Formats: sequence, C-alpha cells, structure tokens
Amino acid sequence: MNPKLLSDLAYLTSAILFIIGLKFLSHPRRARRGNQMAAIGMLFAIIASFIFIWGGGVLKEGSNAGVLIIVGILVGGLAGTLSARYVAMTDMPQMVALLNGCGGGAAALISTVEFANFATGRGESDPLASGATLFGAVIGSLSFWGSLMAFGKLSGFMERAITSAFQKFVTAVVFLALLATIAWIGTGGGIVAFYALLGVSFLFSILMVVPIGGADMPVVISLLNSCTGLAVAATGFALREPALIISGTLVGASGTLLTLLMCKAMNRSITNVLFAGVGAGPVAKPGAATAGGPAKTAREITADDLAMLLANIQTLIVIPGYGMAVAQAQHVTRELADMLTAKGVDVKYAVHPVAGRMPGHMNVLLAEANVPYEQLFDLDQINPEFEHCDVALVIGANDVVNPCARYDKSSPIYGMPVLDADKAKNIVVVKRSLKPGFAGIDNEIYYNPKTYMFFGDAKGALQKLVEAVKAGG
Amino acid sequence: MTEAAQMVSQVDPKLILYAIYIFTLAVFVGFEVISKVPVQLHTPLMSGTNAIHGIVMLGGMLVLAHAETPLLTWLGFAAVVLGAMNLFGGFVVTDRMLEMFKTKKPSGRKA
Repeated sequence: MNPKLLSDLAYLTSAILFIIGLKFLSHPRRARRGNQMAAIGMLFAIIASFIFIWGGGVLKEGSNAGVLIIVGILVGGLAGTLSARYVAMTDMPQMVALLNGCGGGAAALISTVEFANFATGRGESDPLASGATLFGAVIGSLSFWGSLMAFGKLSGFMERAITSAFQKFVTAVVFLALLATIAWIGTGGGIVAFYALLGVSFLFSILMVVPIGGADMPVVISLLNSCTGLAVAATGFALREPALIISGTLVGASGTLLTLLMCKAMNRSITNVLFAGVGAGPVAKPGAATAGGPAKTAREITADDLAMLLANIQTLIVIPGYGMAVAQAQHVTRELADMLTAKGVDVKYAVHPVAGRMPGHMNVLLAEANVPYEQLFDLDQINPEFEHCDVALVIGANDVVNPCARYDKSSPIYGMPVLDADKAKNIVVVKRSLKPGFAGIDNEIYYNPKTYMFFGDAKGALQKLVEAVKAGG
Repeated sequence: MTEAAQMVSQVDPKLILYAIYIFTLAVFVGFEVISKVPVQLHTPLMSGTNAIHGIVMLGGMLVLAHAETPLLTWLGFAAVVLGAMNLFGGFVVTDRMLEMFKTKKPSGRKA
C-alpha cells in the first residue's frame, strides 16, 4: 500500500479513538479506559507519522533529521514520563500547567519554523496557512508563558494577585502593539517582524496572567489548555496536517466547554476571572475588630478534649481542604475516620467543588488514601445534612466554609457556593493559625461560638488526635 | 503577477476548504462529546485533553524533517522535545489520577 494512504488511515483511526476516549473520560467508571483509548489513538498517530516521514521520502539523503527526531522523542518522552510518574499528587495541578506549557511552546516553535519557510519561499503558502502561523505563534506563546506563570503561582513563588489601573493601561498598550506587529507582518515585515511578534506575545501573556489570583488558577490553566488546543490546530492548518487540525480543535472546543463548566462550579464568570482578580483587595488582618464591634476571639481545644468530644457523637462530616493535602494528612484523616466508624459514628466527607487546588483534585487525593467512594458527598448532597450533624471537622479548609460568601456582597468570594459547616452543632477547625486562606480574606467561622480551633499542621495535629482517641477508647 | 500571488494560486482552494470543513466539524464534536461531566472528573478530563494536544509532537517531527537550515533544525528539535514531554507526561499524569478512582487496595496502608 502507498505510505501516504496507510498513514492517513492510521490518522483516521487515531481521530476516532480520541473522540471515543474523550467521551469515556467524562464518565467516572469509564474514565481510565477513556484515557487509555486516547493513548492508543496517539500510538496510531505516531506510527502514521513515522510511516509518512520515513516511508514517504520526506527525509532527505544524508540528513540527520531522522536521528534528531528519535532523540527528541526519547529525551522529551523520558522527561515527561518521569516527572509525571514521580510528582506528588498534591502538585498535580502545577504538573498539568507545566505540560500544557510545553505543548504551547511546541506549537509556537512550529509556527516560527513554518513562517520562516513561507517567508523564504521554501514552503507553499496560502493566506490560511500564513494566518495560521501567526495565530499559532501568538496563542502558543500565550499558553507557554501563561502556563509557566500559573505553574509559578501554584508552586507558591508568587501568590498574591497584583492589579492596578496602571497595569491595566499597560496591558491595553501591549495588546495594541500586538495588533500593530501583526499589521507589520501583513505589510511585508518578514521574519524580523515575526520575532517582534513573539516578544510582544510574551509581554502580553505575562501581563494577562500576573494579575489573576492563585485561587482562579485552575480556570486559567483550563483556558490555556484549550488555547494550546487551538494553537495546535493552527499548526495543523500551516502544515496541512488534518490529524493536528482534528485533535487540536477537539481539545480547543472541549477545553472551552470544560472551562465554562469549571467557572460555573465556582460560581464565577470567565470575564470576572480574567479581568477582576480575586484577592486583589486589602488583605484582612486575622481577628481584626469590625468597626465599633468587640475584638473577635477564637476558642482553642486540645487533642484530649477533642477526643472526648468525638467519643460521644453520632454523625461527623469531614471537610478536607488544601491544608490537608499539602500536609499529606489524607491517610491519617482516613485512619481517624475508620476508628470513629468502628465506634458506630456515621462519617461522611464533604467535598467542595474546588477543594484542593482544582475541581476534582480532592477526590483524587482522598481516593489515594483509600477513602471509600460512598463516603464522599458533593456540595448539594451534603449541605442539608449539616443541621443534623454533631461535628463538622474542617481540616485545612478555609474559603470553602466561609459563610460571608452567602451574604457579604463586598467579599471577593461573594456568591461562591460554600459548605454550610457553620450550621453544624459543633465545628472543629484544624488549622495552623488564624491566617486568612488563599483568597486572602478573614473567615468569621473561626470566631463562631460553636467553633473549636485545633491548632497545628494537619498531619501532626491529626496524629495526636488519633492517639488521643485510641487512648480514650 | 507578484511572487506572493503566484504562491497563493499554487494551492488548490479545495484543500483549504477541506481543512475548514474538518475544523468546523471538530468544533461541534468537541462540544458535544463532553456535554455532562461530574465535577470530580474536571481535573482528569482537563489533563486528558492536555495529553491529546501532545499530538503537536508530530508537527514538530514534520518541521524537523523538512528543516533546511541549522537554526530551523534546532527549533524543530526543541518542538519535538517539548511536544514529547506534553504527550507522554500528559497521558501518565492522567492515568495516575484516574488510577486513584479505580483500584481500592486493602486498607491499612500508612501515609
């Protein structure tokens, strides 16, 4: 069979597998198989391009490109596989951001090479392909630099959002510069203008992502993910490679929809995320007295007293947050829950849609600690149950239980659905200090008369508690 | 006729139209295929789509195979490396996430 036809058939198979894989990925029971099908699809696509490049006479005699291709795949594949294999589950969101940035960077590089080929007349150009190289370069750079910034923010190098009127003005100017550079290329600016475009895209991406608060990073990563998809589709137009157009567009479209779904789960609008900047307001001081009101005090509890309290309850709702995740306390949390379950306590986990750092991140972490799936409840299922619950145990969570999201219109998290922990008969908060959480706002639940503060790093504190419960039981 | 206009005329307009057909249909399929996703799958799904755009590695392979100057060769090589990281890392990370949902090892494992 002719190699071109053979590789096209393999590409077709891979496109079908990608679509079925995506379909499966949105169902809990079939999700893993979905990912595997997509991976098999990718294998077909790789085989197809090997057939095309080696069988179709694309490689020139004496060229070392074939060797470089194989070395590149080995180096990148090994780096990607190893880092993905050994990254801690809690750092998963950063990892996805980094890998997404790699994809965006690759798309920008391919666009650069193609533009250079078109500019020197080495490649056959058409208006669509030339336009696609510009689009791929701009959006690919946006994904690359934006993802690196998101990676930095999630790794804690730069947590607070920075916004000022001046910064918005600069962003607008840079955006105009971006349009001007595209016009320059359109009027024959050549490769120099193209490099200028890459530079301006870099500035623009930094200015776009820097002001966005860390709490909104999941939405940003999801958006950049769909951007990379579109950039890849653009390289498909430039290279006239349908496989890249199909896959890139699939990701671009489904990624956009997923971004909107995520925003909905967090009750934020996409424009709000991109242009408002949560956490940009003044940072609240812990325990600061409200105007004229008395200074707020928090009540502390020791491990032994808490064990006593837990010895006499029927229902417990655990609310895990990012603090639990970073302290790697999910296993000891499960241990506590198992002990209490053995004593006849009804234990449930309330998982907020954005608990952890990304939607669904907490489910992954709890599943890693072998928490039974049936004990996990989402926000709508669990909220009516808090009224009848004896103890709500908040472990390293903050903003997701902040009652001010329900009524305080001035709060940056106003309108975000929260877990009604404050309605439980007793509230226990395991936390290192009274410092505000990711959104940078104070939480009145700490000063609720029903609340006991159990200070300490989530893992150490819970280990003490587990021992106290053992000693008491 | 200018040089640029000659180049444009070389490409069959039908090919351009096919590319646009494919793009349009893929947009609709992409929207339809994930209409309802439970919240706990948002992160794995994002990660899975992230892996699929790792196909950009193939684009890198093509430009590297065609590259005619050393600079373009190295740019293409960098694209292959970055694309391969995206592709392999993406699938492995997604599988690790989803593995957590699936296997329930006997309890008693400590942190």
